[in-house]
Amino acid sequence: MTAAVVRRLLQAVMVMFAMTVIVFIAINVIGDPVDILISPDADQIERARVVQALGLDLPLWQQYLRFLWAALHGDLGESYVYNEPAIRVILQRLPATLELAISAILIAIVVGVPLGLYAGLRPDGILSRVIMTVSILGFSLPTFWVGLVLIMFFGVQLGWLPSGGRGQTAELFGVQWAFLTKDGLAHLILPAVNLALFDACLILRLTRAGVAEVLPLDFIKFARAKGLRETRVIGVHVSKNIMIPVVTIIGLEFGSIVAFSVVTESVFSWPGMGKLIIDSINVLDRPIITAYLMAIVAFFVMINLVVDLTYTALDPRVRLQGEGP
Amino acid sequence: MNATVLEVRDLRTHFGQAKAVDGVSFSVARGDVLGLVGESGSGKSVTGFSIIGLVDPPGTIVGGQIVFDGRDITRSSREEMRALRGRRMAMIFQDPMMTLNPVLRIDTQMIEAVQAHENVSRMDARARARDALGMVGIPSPDERLQAYPHQFSGGMRQRVVIAIALLHRPDFIIADEPTTALDVTIQAQILAEMQKLVAQNNTSLIWITHDLAVVSRLADRIAVMYAGRIVESGPVSDVLARPLHPYTAGLIDSVPSRNRRGERLRQIPGMAPSVARLPAGCAFAPRCARADAVCAQAVPLLTAGPREHRCVHPLPELRA
Repeated sequence: MTAAVVRRLLQAVMVMFAMTVIVFIAINVIGDPVDILISPDADQIERARVVQALGLDLPLWQQYLRFLWAALHGDLGESYVYNEPAIRVILQRLPATLELAISAILIAIVVGVPLGLYAGLRPDGILSRVIMTVSILGFSLPTFWVGLVLIMFFGVQLGWLPSGGRGQTAELFGVQWAFLTKDGLAHLILPAVNLALFDACLILRLTRAGVAEVLPLDFIKFARAKGLRETRVIGVHVSKNIMIPVVTIIGLEFGSIVAFSVVTESVFSWPGMGKLIIDSINVLDRPIITAYLMAIVAFFVMINLVVDLTYTALDPRVRLQGEGP
Repeated sequence: MNATVLEVRDLRTHFGQAKAVDGVSFSVARGDVLGLVGESGSGKSVTGFSIIGLVDPPGTIVGGQIVFDGRDITRSSREEMRALRGRRMAMIFQDPMMTLNPVLRIDTQMIEAVQAHENVSRMDARARARDALGMVGIPSPDERLQAYPHQFSGGMRQRVVIAIALLHRPDFIIADEPTTALDVTIQAQILAEMQKLVAQNNTSLIWITHDLAVVSRLADRIAVMYAGRIVESGPVSDVLARPLHPYTAGLIDSVPSRNRRGERLRQIPGMAPSVARLPAGCAFAPRCARADAVCAQAVPLLTAGPREHRCVHPLPELRA
């Protein structure tokens, strides 16, 4: 077990290293930050001074080595815009994105799993058909459009919920969180629902497919032949067997939500990492972009590790490589 | 003759147009073993599932009675049936690889079976489970309780399943081809074990199979099913030695060991009819050498001593 985890961590380091190369090259292709950083009326000397200060006059490979060396020491560069270490800027925005993502995935699970179970158990029911049809809509509609509709309806027409910003925050573990205050919670609802919609439908359909697959199997029939109550047959025997694909998707989607909440954060002007990265790309704030991408990769690798570990807990037949039979 | 434990009267289980079981009657005495024999699709498994009330939709019991404990359980509520299943009646399936839930430990699956019917603590239920595993010949049961199904061989798994079936000492067990998926040596062990256990507990057994050799070893009585009906039944030695129904005779002749070396293997010509389009008369008539115009009419159940059959042209009692 430990050996397998160590191996995964080594793999993770390799992935991170490969990522630095790709990010560094890609970011040089996007454009030259000097054009944006320096006012057009600055003179040649001023311009050369800035270029040299940022190390942009060096050949690309030297720039890369300098970056890598610094990165190994936990320094991902200083933001051109905020004049602060990039990693700190990102970490400041992380809680906002994290609480949005966690809320969204929780909503998706709480809505998706029970509805999927219901639709799987009564595949011919009218309500099941309605659920399945609506779920197709749910992951076909573009997120930004749904976000706008939510704002129009609940924010503007009904006026029930605020539609922009993060509202009031409160401190917990030295970090500001919106979900701790009533106002913050109200601000959280619409973007979280917006972000959850796609995944709720995905989880719902996955759960339903799993139920349809497991229900006709002999061990379910045998569970019933033992005289078990239906609640136990569904709640334990069926559920535990369909959890593997659901956990996989929850893991992957959680990563995606954190990484690509860009759209929702922009629509609801939620001050998270997604909004930060868009702003940073617009002004070519290289250290922020790099640090953001690195952080996301680290995050994905971590989630995958957790998902793998969860498998072994869910299905005894799954054993991590390196553990032996 | 012992008291009757279970009596099935004119059971009809239909899947829409398909009459999977169409007028099946038999009874099982306490401690007796009934061999229910037939080809795939003859309705023998559906008969078993009808008895324990677990017919898959769209199948429904459309007629007949299943009398158990003095009452017709086809009229019992779902909860009444659930309370009977596992406690008074049990069922064992064909494939032991598929019968146990792969993601739950053996102890979980046994303890829940005890607790479904009795208000006992987990500890007590676990002790019961351990004893049951020991009884079916699983070595170091305490340790094995912690294992998952995939850590057992096929034969061992079927023993676990049998142990679960016997947990509440049911009145009868329906065994749906429980040895078909096993190696012949394991098959013989399980058969012997099963025979011993049901005799000890005075449990009746309905053994569903297509294997006449198994039935001849195990059963007291045999009922031969064809296209949803029992075409012949009686004491197993009589029926196998002197079949009355031409289908039974064909089935016996199809066993390879009965064919002489060098001879072509014998088979019954034609194919079993679809249960969705059964002829009005004898369903076997189109494949039968003895059939004539009379066979096109419905055949009543004819009795000859302890034996019953549905053939207007039964084979002569003595056969070479």
